[in-house]
This record gives sequence, structure tokens and C-alpha cells, in this order.
Amino acid sequence: MTPALQGFRLKPDDKPVIFAAGFVLLILLVGTGYTVLTQGSAPLLQPQYLLQQLQVGSFLGIVAAGLMLVILLGHIDLSVPWTLTAAAMMATAVGGPWAIPVGLGIGLLVGIVNGLGVAYLRVPSMIFTLGMNAVMRGLMVAHTGGFAPQTAATDLMQYLAVARIGGVIPVALLVWLAVSALVVVILTRTTLGRAIYAIGNRERAAYLSGIDTNRVILIAFALSGAAAGLAGVLLAGYSTKAYQGMGDPYLLPAIAAVVIGGTNILGGRGRYLGTLVGVILIVLLNSVLSIMQMPEAGRQIIYGTVIISMLLVYGRGERVTG
Amino acid sequence: MEPAPFFALENVSKRYGGVHALRDVDFACSRGSIHAVLGENGAGKSTLMKIMAGVVQPDEGRMTLEGTPVMFPGPAAANRAGIVCIFQELSLMPELTVADNITLSSPPRRFGLIDGRAQRRRSEELLARVGCEDIDPSARVADLPLSRRQMVEIAKALGRDPKLLILDEATSALTAADVDLVYRMLFDLKARGLSILYISHRMHEIEALADRCSVFRNGRHIETFTKGMRSRDEIIGLMIGREIEGQFPPKPERPRPAPFIEIRDLSWESRLNGVTLEAGRGEIVGLGGLDGQGQKELLLALFGVLRGVRGTVTVEGRTMAMSSPRTAKSGRAHMALVPEDRKSEGLILSMSIADNLAMASLDRLAHGPFLSARRTRAVVQEAIEQLRIKIGDARDPVATLSGGNQQKVVIAKWLATGPDVVLLNDPTRGIDVGTKQELYRLMRELADAGACILFYSTDYEELIGCCDRVCVMYDGRIVRALEGEAINERNLIASALNIVGQREPAHG
Amino acid sequence: MADVALTSDAAEPLEKAQRRRWGFAARMRQHAGMLGGLALFLALYLFYQANHPRGFTGQILIQNANEAFALALVSMAQTVPVLMAGLDLSVGAVMTLVGCIASHLVNGSPADIAFGIVICIASGAVCGFANGCVVVYGRIQPIIATLATSAIYMGFALILRPTPGGKVHEDLSWAVTSDVREFAATFGLFSDGEALWLQPFAWIPVPLILLALIILLVWVPFTRSVTGRTVYAIGSAEGAAYMSGLPINRAKLAAFTLAGLFAGLGGLFLALQTSSGNADIPQAGAYTLNSIAAVVIGGTSLVGGSGSAIGSVIGALVLRTISFNFRIFDVAPLLQPLFEGLVLLAAVSLGGLKLLRLKNKLEVFR
Repeated sequence: MTPALQGFRLKPDDKPVIFAAGFVLLILLVGTGYTVLTQGSAPLLQPQYLLQQLQVGSFLGIVAAGLMLVILLGHIDLSVPWTLTAAAMMATAVGGPWAIPVGLGIGLLVGIVNGLGVAYLRVPSMIFTLGMNAVMRGLMVAHTGGFAPQTAATDLMQYLAVARIGGVIPVALLVWLAVSALVVVILTRTTLGRAIYAIGNRERAAYLSGIDTNRVILIAFALSGAAAGLAGVLLAGYSTKAYQGMGDPYLLPAIAAVVIGGTNILGGRGRYLGTLVGVILIVLLNSVLSIMQMPEAGRQIIYGTVIISMLLVYGRGERVTG
Repeated sequence: MEPAPFFALENVSKRYGGVHALRDVDFACSRGSIHAVLGENGAGKSTLMKIMAGVVQPDEGRMTLEGTPVMFPGPAAANRAGIVCIFQELSLMPELTVADNITLSSPPRRFGLIDGRAQRRRSEELLARVGCEDIDPSARVADLPLSRRQMVEIAKALGRDPKLLILDEATSALTAADVDLVYRMLFDLKARGLSILYISHRMHEIEALADRCSVFRNGRHIETFTKGMRSRDEIIGLMIGREIEGQFPPKPERPRPAPFIEIRDLSWESRLNGVTLEAGRGEIVGLGGLDGQGQKELLLALFGVLRGVRGTVTVEGRTMAMSSPRTAKSGRAHMALVPEDRKSEGLILSMSIADNLAMASLDRLAHGPFLSARRTRAVVQEAIEQLRIKIGDARDPVATLSGGNQQKVVIAKWLATGPDVVLLNDPTRGIDVGTKQELYRLMRELADAGACILFYSTDYEELIGCCDRVCVMYDGRIVRALEGEAINERNLIASALNIVGQREPAHG
Repeated sequence: MADVALTSDAAEPLEKAQRRRWGFAARMRQHAGMLGGLALFLALYLFYQANHPRGFTGQILIQNANEAFALALVSMAQTVPVLMAGLDLSVGAVMTLVGCIASHLVNGSPADIAFGIVICIASGAVCGFANGCVVVYGRIQPIIATLATSAIYMGFALILRPTPGGKVHEDLSWAVTSDVREFAATFGLFSDGEALWLQPFAWIPVPLILLALIILLVWVPFTRSVTGRTVYAIGSAEGAAYMSGLPINRAKLAAFTLAGLFAGLGGLFLALQTSSGNADIPQAGAYTLNSIAAVVIGGTSLVGGSGSAIGSVIGALVLRTISFNFRIFDVAPLLQPLFEGLVLLAAVSLGGLKLLRLKNKLEVFR
């Protein structure tokens, strides 16, 4: 709710964003150093390359945007992988003008069910969304017979994922920016956003202040599901079809991006800008490691080490003093 | 003749950021005496206790125990030296049993593992010493009522074999019967030569217990005197640093207004058994009686927090649903509830003062889904001015405020919603005298402006001083309604104990 | 209880007996979650055995035990951080890593095997200890710290076993995955397993014996130790535990180390069972997530302070029995994942229904 600041004040929430941004630059430097030494060129600094990375990163970015809302509440959404996949599969199965609405609708529906379970049944979100993930997987396996679906993505889906405005700006990036704008507006300018932060900090006090906490939780999960659905639709457009397990590689990196960006995993604190930078960091890290042709083992180790290092710098809790 | 000090502090100072919590304090307490420590919130009492108990370390100065200098890097070291502190916030583990909790730090052991039977025996011993043989050591602490938990806490402290026992508002959650048990225990301990430090805001307790009193103000030790040497007014003057006028604002003489809110036969579980009462605009109606007779539950029920409430509540003739705090706040009754625990229910400590002030008004400050920054700023500014809340910057976390100012924020938050009915759940507990007086004045102003106030307090003096009417509750129902001159201590206590036969006119 | 003020000595024993009964009922209520899980498991398992096409045989029991052991141990591992209101997302990875180590070391001469087993156990403990250090000294939230360390441990596992393979001592592998008689026969103990006094126990699958031993020799002493109780205290009220002078850091380190130890034991068994090391990331993830479900089904609260590893073992058995049931019924294999998901969802939602009956809504929030 900060009104226009009279004096510039560096809030504690800004620190992670700055650090994450700094680390992004570091990655660019290291990667460029590597390519200069080994190939004599600096592809990482080429705008086309960066835009290409951002295009691929927009899928992760959209997932992370929705996930952030849920994490701010102090919850988590583990149903992202198969919600994404289900949305993709159903969108391609339906085809035609209804493809994208169906995909989004699936995501929204799963999110609403998650919200009902977490808010009204008070099942721990980790467990309920885990169960929903398994159910969605089961539904998709039953639906597709365990094979990759043969139906293809519609032209519109492919356009959104692959096309470039003026041959340069990826449309997917614009979609990501639109989603980002929506999340920023929600978090900073709406009562819903205030309520999300309040609930994430202390739900009991928010409830006693007259906030309808169940509804807010429901909405947040619905948005997270919708985001996963949107990502699924776009990803299917990018690959021109849906496939089994397409959502699995998105969950943990999305959580990592949100946390690296300074959002507290227990909820109540975090800025969206941080999540944005966190996504860029992860995407760039991935691409640098690809350029270096790092084997999977090395990737995993570097990935884990990066997360810990960043959190050691600014993610540390306070000493327990009672 | 001053007894030799057992524990002494010399030139002790402690800073938190730029604020001096303690400034150049000299303090001493002796064995075999009960030493009371008085002061407003922010006066430094809690910090003093924390330093003595080893929870925090002083920035300057030194401490001596029986003449030898000591330093406590942590609570365990202080415990080893024989200093045990009972804090206002309980140090019990709710999921563990009573026996586990009592012997928590040094359980009896056998072959390196905890000896369950010996543990149980020790717990029974200690519980007996506090007069609570009826508590089952294998019960889970979470299943005990708050008053019993506090007694377990005290038993646990005794188990550490203290030489210096510090009680920080330790009786605030106790029933009257348990308070008596604690008094008896303290006198017994004093006779055995323990040194006892007692922090409380309750004058009558201090007058009953203390041999010596120390007054703190603004982080400094002002004066120490023996019992009886200073009058109540003088003591309060020392604490506030200024002369106090009448403690309570005058009550207006006016006929009883027509009922605004009518509660008929409200029942819930076994805690509320047919509560019937009415209150009109401009009235401050007090809820009296012993602790745990349903007063808190009544307020919670009205605010929509309880499920399965039977009975009816009507506002200006129309029935009101009690389904959630949201409907209570925004429905036709425009209710506000200042809850029992300001730190976990009234405020969100980690958020800013401004955010907390706006928390109950989000809907009214919004155009559709969008929060108006301009309107919010205006509301925040007005709240700060109206209640004279001492703050540095509205964007600071509300946790940086003193207890009294925090409570002001809670009340200001609700006043910003323009309530018609204000429910107050023991609002002055743990609040300094100065802020209390401001709150009393505020309550009267609110009532004069047309609000209807239901005021639950555990302090008889407040009920007598503030309320136009007092409804005394016993066992979940109203047993007596007192008005005017009939609101006095004798009637309140008699009705609280449900003593029939003291026939005094209900109307003054 | 206060309606009669008994003061005579004759009344004392009556009060004590009354209190003891009261205490028993209270203790039953305290363990309600675990007992519920046990009831669920027994129901499911009896149902399975009753409907098994080949009827109840010792072989089936052995097979079931083998399949359940690793998950049971990983669930025990998960219990410890959960008791402290945290989570360990690296239990699957530690299991996998130790399994890969085992696939290198647990073969050859008896001395080599013994050495290999010791290294495996130590590795699990070291991984757990590392987790603990990141949480305690780094002051990073357990869920995110272990998310990161799980990637690091998987990386190491991949270095050790880029592709599944390796070798473990065949006799050992056979022995621990059979019943007591076979175990004795393999190693020439107790007259090759035919000793008379052994017969009543000869049918028991070795994994169950190992499980019982681990619970009795490691878990139970842990809960009775000061460190163990501190773990429960931390989950219940960490601030108060600190003020009571309890060794918080030591307890947290011990808790994560214990978790790593259990996960490592699970990995060791898995390697013996499959005779190979497999650095499979999805499998590790599945074990981790299933361990969380097992902990919940077994009655341990995710907010910490109450619960038991025994409950989590029961939870793991419930999960495994569900999949056993699917195998014997003619459920279209395509529908199995769906049913598994639905049953999982139902099982954890049942716990939530209890909250619907809460009369004071404030109790819903912690």
C-alpha cells in the first residue's frame, strides 16, 4: 500500500531483487567468458539469443507467477505439473476455437478444487495438491491410454507460443508480461492483494479483521491453476503437441524462482519483481549450462548450490530468541 | 535497615536500535522478600527481567550474585545460577504432556534415557506444592484451560529449584481461586528464603504481596520504597511522571436508552446457557463475573466466530445472522471486536502500522477491487491523530510499538469502520496506566457519539468506573444486572460467586 | 473432578485409579491418528489377502515386505523434520545416493561388504547432517534448503551411476529379501535355518525383522532421550523451547542426521533388493512425496509437535497395500493411477473432515 514515497527507502524486500539481478549479471558474465574462451564469440549477449531464452522462459514465468500467489499465502501448489499437462492435452484434443478456453478452464477448475480442499476442508495444501496432481495424472493416463496424444495444437496456440511480433518480439513474452502486470496490480493495488499478504502473515488476525480468508485462498489457488493451464496451452503450442510428463520439469524450478526472488516460503513477504528476476536467473542458468554442455549430474549440483548460496545471502531467518 | 542484596545490577544499560530500553540502572533485591516492580509499558521492566534471566545480555554495566560478578550468555546459565523466570507468555509445549513440560530442562534419567515414572512422580510432587493435585501429569497441556496451564508453568519453575524467582505478569490468566493458591505459594517461598521479583499492573496484588516496590519509568529506575511508604496516587504519579486526575471519565446522567441490540437465549456448547441481555446506543455495558463463565464466548458468538450458536440476536428489531466476522462487521450491526490477544489476533505484527490500521476497512477504502492509496493515507493519518498513537513512521512494523500503542492501533483499526456495536475483550490487560486512562476516555466518547459498547474486563475497578450497567455472568448466563449506584465491589463479587440472598436494590 | 473433596487416605487409591483410567483414555485420544491409520492398514491388507487369487502364502508376504521396506524407512526419515514443523524434500535423493554408493561397494569379500555397509550408513547420516547444518547455521527454511540439497545429492548419485547398474553381493541380496529361514540357511546359521527354536519365527520376512529392530534400537531410544524430546518441543513451541534452555541447535542437527540415516538405510535395502544402483530423478521425487503422504496418513501433524515414526511406517504400509490391491483386482491398468490418486486424496481429506466439526473457528488457525 505504500503511497508515493516521500523519501527513498530501501525496504528489506528489495534486497533479494537486487541480489538476484546481480547474480543474473554474474551468470551472463561467466557464460560469456566461457563462450569467448572456447568459441571466440559471445552468443549470450546477442539480443536474439536473449529473446529466445525469454520466450522459453515465459512458460516457467507464467507458472511461477501463479505459484507466487499461493506461496504468499503460506501454502503451496504441487498440482502444477499435471494441471499443466491436462490443460495441454485437453486443449489439443478439443481443438478449434474452444481449445484455449478449455485449457484455461481445466486449470481454473483444478485450482478451484484445490482451493476448496485447502480453504474449506483445511487439508494441508502440500497434501491436497499432491493428491490432485495424482488424480490429474490418473485422468490423463486413462484418457490417452498412456500414449502421447496424437492431436496437434491449434494455430492460435502455436501463434501465441512461437510467433514473433515484427519477427523479433516473441508473443509468448508478451503473454508473460501481461500475466506479470496482472499479478503486480493484484498484489499492490487491490484489496485481494492486501488480504493475501495479511493471511500469509497471520490468518487468524486477518480473519478477525473481517477478511473472508476462505474466499481469498480459493481465488489464489484458482489463479495458480489457471496460470498452470495457460502455461500448458502455450507449451503445447510451442511443441505443437502435448506429451506425457510435459509439466514435470516446471514445478521445482518455479518454486526455486519464487524463493530466489525473495518470497518467503512461509508466506507473507515478497515482491513480484523478485519472482520475475528469479525466473530469468533460472532460465539463464539453464542455458549457460547447456552451452557448457554440462551433464545432468553437474546441472543438478550447480542448481542446488546456486539456490543455497542465494538464500544464504538474503534468505536467512532470524535467530530464535523466544 | 536494608537486607544485604542477593542479586544486584549496577549501571546496566540496554539499547535496541536507537531506543534505550534500560538506561544506567542500579537495582538490587534480597533473599526472603517479595519485591514488586512497577512501571508503564516501555518502562523497561520486561527488559530488566530478560537480562536477569539471561535471555538478553546488557550492553553496559554488570550484575552480581551474592557479591560475585556474573554473566549469563543464555537462559540455561541463569537457570544454573538459580534464577528462574515465569514469563507472561507461557513457555509450555502444548503438544507435550504436563509431566514432560514440568521436567523439560532436566528430566530424571535412567541409562541415559528419560525415566517416565520418576518424571511423573516429580511432577505430582511439584503440582502438589502449587496446590494443584487435580492436574493429571499425563494430560496434554493443550487440553488444559489457560488458568491450569499457568499453574503448570509455575510448578515447572519451582522444579528448577530457584533461588530467585521472577514472575512477569504471571497471574494475568489465572482464576481468582488460582491466584489465591499462588499468593499462598509465594508467602511460603518467601519464608523459605527465596528472593521473589513480582511484576504486575494490578495494584491490589502488589499491595497484598510486596515488601518492597521499585518504580521504573522510561528505562530508568526511579525509586525503591518499602511497603506502605507511598500512597497509590503517589505510586501512579511516579510511574507516569505526572499527577493523575480522576482515573475514570465521568458517567453521564441520562435515562436508559432504548435497546439497540437484543440478545435472547444465546446458547453454545456448554459455555453459554441462555444469555439474555440488551444494550442501547450510548451505553457502556460491562460483562462481569469470574473468569471463564462465558464472557469471552459471548463476544465471540456475537462476532460470528462460533459455530452452532442457538438463540437470536436482533439489531433495531431485525434478526442478525452470526455467521462470520465479515458479516458481523459489514452487516446491519456494524460490529467491531477488540480480541483477547492483540499480538496474534488483533494485529499482524510483521506488517506496517499503516497496513494494520487499514486492515478492517479494506472494502470501504476501495473503488471496486482497487485500493485507493489516497483514501487509505487519509484514514491512517486520521487514526493516528485521533488516538494520539506515538509512532515514528507509519511504514514501520507495528511490532516496534509498545504494548499500549499497539492496543491503540487495534482500537483505531476498528474505529475506522464506524462501528455501531463495539465488543471489547479485556482490552486493558497488560497495558500501562496512562494508556488505560486514554482508553477509558475513548470508550466514553464513543458511547456519547452513539455507539453501543460491550465491555468485558477482569478488573473490578474498571467495571465500576466505566460502565453504565454491568451484567454479571455465571456458568454461561447472566445472573445479575447492576445499574448506577448498585455497581460496587461487594455486589460484583457477590453476584460473581452467585451468592443469592444479598438483596440489594438493582437500581441506585 | 473437583466435585468431591476427598481427604481421607481410603479415598486416595480410588482417585488414583480414576486418574489412571482417565490417563489411558487421554492417551488413546492422543494417538488417535496413528490408530486410525493402523485400522485402515489392517482393513486394506486383510481385504487384499482375502481376495488374492493364490490365497495367503508366505511368499506373498515376503514380496509385500520387500516392496514396502524402502518406503517405510523413507517415511520414518520424513517424520523427524515434520515433528519440528519442517519438511525434508531430500529424503528420496539421499535414498537414491546411498543406493548408488551401495551398488559400488556392497560386494566382494565379507570385509568389503561390511565396509561398504558402514560407508552407506555413514553417507546417509552425513547427508542428513549437511541438511541440518544448512538449516541450523544457514538459518534457511528446511523445505527450501532440502529442495536445494536434494538436487546436489541427485547430482552426486548421477556421477556415481550415470546409468543404472552396479552389483551387490548376491547371497546378501537374496538373504535380506527372504524370510528368516532362508537368511539363516544362506549364511549357515542356526543349523541352516532348521533349528527347532527358530521355527515359530522362520516364516517372518527379514525386512520386517529389520524394521522392528530399527524402530526398537534407534527410534524408541531417540524419543526417550532429551534430544528426542527437544525435537518434539521445537515442533510444539520453538520459542518457548529456547527460553527453557533446551539444546535447540543440537536437536535440529540430530533430527536431520537421523532422517538422513533412515533414508540411507532405505536406499541400502533398495540396492540390495534390485541388485543395482539407479539414479532416477522421478523415482526419488515419488519416494519423497509418498513419504509425506505416509507421514500424514500415519497421524503425524504437519504443524509439528505430535506424531511418531511408527505411525509413518503404518502410513507407508497403507500406501503400498493400496497398490497391492490394485494389482489383484481386474482394474484396467490405465485406471490404476487415477484410483491411486483418488484414494490418496480421500485418505488425507478424511483428516480434514475433523476440522469441519470444530465449533470455534479460531481453532482452525494455528
